[in-house]
Amino acid sequence: MKSAKFEHRQTESLNEALSLLGSADGETRVLGGGQSLGPMMNLRLAQPDQLIDLSSVDGLDEILVDGDHLHIGARVTHARIEDGGVPGVTGEYMKFVAAGISYRSVRNRGTIGGSVAHADPAADWPSALLALGGDVLVAGQDGERRVSLDGFQIGPFATGLGYDEILIGFVLPVLGRNASTGYYKVNRKPGEFADAIGAVVVGENARVICGATKSAPFRVSAVEEKLSSGGTELSVGEAREMITAHDPGFDDYELQIHGVALSRAVGRAFA
Amino acid sequence: MADGGAAEGQGIGARVLRKEDARHLAGRGKFTSDFRRQGQKEMAFVRSPVAHARIKSIKKPSQFGGSIFTATDMPDLKPMRAPSKLPGYKHSDYPALAIDKVRFAGEPIAVCVADTRAEAEDIAQLVEVDFELLTPVTDMLVAKGPDAPLIHEEWDNNIVFETFSDDDFSKIEDEATVVIKREYRMARQAMNPMEGKAVFAEWDDRTDQLMMWTSTQVPHLIRTGLAEFLKLEQRQVRVIAPDVGGGFGCKALLQPEEVLAGWLTRKLACPIRWIEDRREHLITGANCREHHYFVSLHATPEGRILGLDCDVTVDAGAYSVYPFTNALEGAMAHGNLPGPYDIKAYKCRTQTTVTNKPGLMPYRGVARPGVCFAIEMTIDALAREIGIEADVIRAKNMVSEDKMPFMSIAKKHFDSGNYAKSVAMAAEQIGLTEIRAQQVGQDGNGRLIGVGMGSYVEQTAHGTSVFSSWGVAMVPGYEQATVRLTPDGGLELRIGVQSHGQGMETSMAQMAYEVLGIDPERVTVTHGDTGLTPYSTGTYASRSMVMAGGATARACRVLAERMEIIGAHLLQCERSEASVVGGRVVSGKGEVSFAEIGRVWYLNPDELPADVDQGGVEVTMGYRPEPDSGAFTYASHACKVSVDIDTGKVKVLDYAIVEDCGTMVNPMIVEGQTYGGATQGIGTALLEESPYDELGNPGASTFADYMMPSATDAPLYRIDHMVSPSPFTEYGIKGMGEGGTIPTPAAIGNAINDALKEIGAEVKETPFTPRRVRAAIEDAMKKSQGDRI
Repeated sequence: MKSAKFEHRQTESLNEALSLLGSADGETRVLGGGQSLGPMMNLRLAQPDQLIDLSSVDGLDEILVDGDHLHIGARVTHARIEDGGVPGVTGEYMKFVAAGISYRSVRNRGTIGGSVAHADPAADWPSALLALGGDVLVAGQDGERRVSLDGFQIGPFATGLGYDEILIGFVLPVLGRNASTGYYKVNRKPGEFADAIGAVVVGENARVICGATKSAPFRVSAVEEKLSSGGTELSVGEAREMITAHDPGFDDYELQIHGVALSRAVGRAFA
Repeated sequence: MADGGAAEGQGIGARVLRKEDARHLAGRGKFTSDFRRQGQKEMAFVRSPVAHARIKSIKKPSQFGGSIFTATDMPDLKPMRAPSKLPGYKHSDYPALAIDKVRFAGEPIAVCVADTRAEAEDIAQLVEVDFELLTPVTDMLVAKGPDAPLIHEEWDNNIVFETFSDDDFSKIEDEATVVIKREYRMARQAMNPMEGKAVFAEWDDRTDQLMMWTSTQVPHLIRTGLAEFLKLEQRQVRVIAPDVGGGFGCKALLQPEEVLAGWLTRKLACPIRWIEDRREHLITGANCREHHYFVSLHATPEGRILGLDCDVTVDAGAYSVYPFTNALEGAMAHGNLPGPYDIKAYKCRTQTTVTNKPGLMPYRGVARPGVCFAIEMTIDALAREIGIEADVIRAKNMVSEDKMPFMSIAKKHFDSGNYAKSVAMAAEQIGLTEIRAQQVGQDGNGRLIGVGMGSYVEQTAHGTSVFSSWGVAMVPGYEQATVRLTPDGGLELRIGVQSHGQGMETSMAQMAYEVLGIDPERVTVTHGDTGLTPYSTGTYASRSMVMAGGATARACRVLAERMEIIGAHLLQCERSEASVVGGRVVSGKGEVSFAEIGRVWYLNPDELPADVDQGGVEVTMGYRPEPDSGAFTYASHACKVSVDIDTGKVKVLDYAIVEDCGTMVNPMIVEGQTYGGATQGIGTALLEESPYDELGNPGASTFADYMMPSATDAPLYRIDHMVSPSPFTEYGIKGMGEGGTIPTPAAIGNAINDALKEIGAEVKETPFTPRRVRAAIEDAMKKSQGDRI
């Protein structure tokens, strides 16, 4: 299928993009790498009237270390992260996640900001970044705001981003040498979207994510408590029980693979 | 016979690199979608969003009325109808655009034309259809029930075709004290050539012809069908298949889109183009494979299989495909269930049902992957039951070499081969003994290793008598080939079959080399054009190398005689002293090149005597094997898998193939075809599925949902060849294009069940998805807990 007719606006600056977004009639979408929005438009599942293309906007593709924080621009591609573009322990973790996203030509164009803004529950970054914790940088008509990753995604393909706002980057923690990270994705084939994700980051505290759910990824508090108090192992049975407490609406098989993903993510974190 | 010469070693048996790859590897092939014409228009379809409904009204947006066509705009178009002479077969019309009723989600209701595909889709989006919803029937077993809604209301039930054969099992009941009963399902899936379907049609006033470039395996059948349904004379239709990016069966059929493109190009007096997208392909145009089996295998405690009792259901979807009908699957299942085994009693019933899904199409292997799956899985169940290795049971029960040729209990006339030896070789290759040692101490945790095998015998290149018995209206007869010497001593070879990945531009040239000794580089193989090639029913049923290759050999031999006559004159020797050797005519008095003969025949005939053979240096010959009951290829596949007990995920660790397709024309091509087929078999076994929900909505409409096997799923195959030439064909060649797909689901399923045997779990339904494998494990665990209580 071919996309329905739309207006493509190549913007040169964030201000230009924001002003177009603020004044737009009809449905307007912001285009990052287009690796999810493109196919959806071709299938006519999305039929925006206007696309605001960020690919020429300067300053959204920076990776900076600022003390104990990492700033990552929304336009940073999966490929750049896969190739070691993010430094340190955080970078090692993100590199592993990036390498498992789809295949290289998608990673060459797909962006971290686009992935989180698109908020496909089966995508990697919404879960992987939530495990790191940190903030989303959002630019709106009245300036910038920082929103916690916790609670940013509110459902499948739904975030706290306003219709006239643009996700411009992330502020993530710089993990210390002693931090443990583990990411495990259950999927049918290498590079396919996840059927289940387990993401574990144990730094100053433990953040444990059950992802590829029916809605937004969520933190599994009982596992976080276990790992915070020195636990380094998690059986599938335990994981299943602890996930069930969050009432995720899984059938038995879904619960099983989410349990496996979490158990193996913990295993990888403490391997 | 050629002795080689300049082009030494390029005949039968040589691993000649594929000539066609030079253009394909450089991206210079020419496919239907590469054609462009001034003023061309594109088609897009309004497709039904529901599976079963009456069409109450169709509303065209007034501003685009002239660009939208429905069935009522085409009173002169005949619905497609696939005739069958099988007793009891129920005919159905397949209208190119739905009339009154839709019978599957995705069925075309209206066609829209515009300058671009996107604009045509814009128009299609504006068409409003009002439906009266009917209850959909989406399961073949439900479809058979007395209360099931009728898909075709003029019928008395949803069963389109039945076969039945009975046998007296009392003759084996004293001995056959072990009876293994199983139920299996093979999922509906979609075959996926890299290139989908594609049509480019225009009317040529100069030749008074509909010209159609289309991505097809069977250009001559498309011509015949188009002429019938468009009410044209066949001379008025020329069909050309340019480069075709794979077919696998879905392109051996006339497509409604081809008929519509032909109608529209006349109606609108402009070229019409339609390039299928993958979504259309997955949900409407390539469904295949869906079978259900009840199997009872009757055997002795020592593993001698005596009887087989099967009840087969085929889900044929809504419409019968032209020209091969939807009866083919059931008929072939019935005839192939006993496989390579020598059994005493065989009873079988097949029922083919219609449902609210797209029409089932023949896919590489046709019915036999399902049949092989059902039988081979049951043999392994028997093996586990009686504690004898499955390879031993297989070898013990196969038709032995000394009985060849052999008429099987299902009336298949096996020609040659040592079936049991292929089993032993495959077991050796996969390292059965070593795997058994590795399995000791597997405790049911983590990853379990299993080994499994599958064997089959495959009727290939079957001819007139076989297709006639299936009631098919278009029966292949004598396959023809034309060879023509060019004035500079090259060769043009014209065949009516079509090569869409099989490498025939190379292998047919090798056949010509075998007889004439002409360098394959100097042979142009023309195929896929009804205007240039002899009539042929086309490429399917693993027939081309046997049939068109045989015809090529015959035509080349006659041409060789003509060359010898002319050559003898030029050499001033007796005809009996001259012979074709290595692209020349030689005698004791010297030699003359084909180029010299070409020059004299075409340009300097004054050098020839008046009484020279007037047939010249162009020859058409026909060929069919005798008997034409088929050349039987066989193989045994063995694989080693690991099963992740926690996720149910299966990985193929090792895969060994031992195959015998008789004389190999190009072993490299044989191996490539086998690897490709086996990889599709892995798709059937582990990944590919076209699920439909209870409303008949397709659950896999893009490659995000439809899992294809790719490089990460294909093992490094290991292959051994056995060579048992067929006594009935030219050079003993047997067909082999399809076989790779056949035993793979069985071999992988058996390997999974071998891995799970300590747990007592068994998978019985393809694809063996992680969810299904986990369900089998959970069932077994619950059962064993229940047993303990």
